[in-house]
Amino acid sequence: MIDVLLFYFFSVLVLGGGILTITRRNAVMSAVCLVVSLLGVAGIFLLLGAEFLFVAQLILYVGGVVLLFLFVIMLVNLEAAARVRQFRKSWPVVMLAGLGLAAELLFLLCRGNLPETAPAATLPPNTEALADVLFSHYLVAFELTSIVLLVAIIGAVWMGQTRKAQ
Amino acid sequence: MLHAISPIHYLVLSALLLVIGTVGVLLRRNIVVILMSIELILNAVNINLAAFSRMHAQIQGQIFVLTVMAVAVAEAAVGLAVLIALFRNRGTVIADDLDLLKW
Repeated sequence: MIDVLLFYFFSVLVLGGGILTITRRNAVMSAVCLVVSLLGVAGIFLLLGAEFLFVAQLILYVGGVVLLFLFVIMLVNLEAAARVRQFRKSWPVVMLAGLGLAAELLFLLCRGNLPETAPAATLPPNTEALADVLFSHYLVAFELTSIVLLVAIIGAVWMGQTRKAQ
Repeated sequence: MLHAISPIHYLVLSALLLVIGTVGVLLRRNIVVILMSIELILNAVNINLAAFSRMHAQIQGQIFVLTVMAVAVAEAAVGLAVLIALFRNRGTVIADDLDLLKW
């Protein structure tokens, strides 16, 4: 019973935060609403029994990505951007496309036939099992991910630096 | 009255978050908010993967989630660096104003 209530609570956080993120005029408010949405996703991970992902979500997204967004918002002058029109002129088409996409996805999900959920007792201890598989079967993917991060760091630093005028 | 939570609930939540993110990408003119919408889309994918991981009691889905998270962080870092370079050169963060390649 309590997990049902928690699921709906976190769902409201996720969807409400998401809708507020894309509708606020002020980008700082958008970032704050994004935090709410990401915290809701972290709660969903906890409900799904993925404790490690819960912690990673908190540290990486709420602690890292949103901080980066706020940092950039402070660097970039957004007051001029907040004064102009926020939505595209073609917003009715976009809303129609969004509604169509939602209808299509929900229709397919309702038609789909999902297998039964495995009972909770069969779940291994989360972090331990994750590390076991990650550092044996998926070691190459893990190392490739670190290369992706390295390239991103170098690219971001190179792109963000100031160059003297020629 | 309340049904027990089944995987379909998580999948519907994920689909709705995906739609919100897509509409945000298409609707907004501010590039910062467009990048935030992309984060929402990636989070929708993560919910989906974690739900399937739980459904099959397999840990592999969560490894995909970790990879997606790393890629999302890299994407945000590079995207925001591009945004800063763009703002320095063009003085705007409105996507419609950057139409040099448009005809």
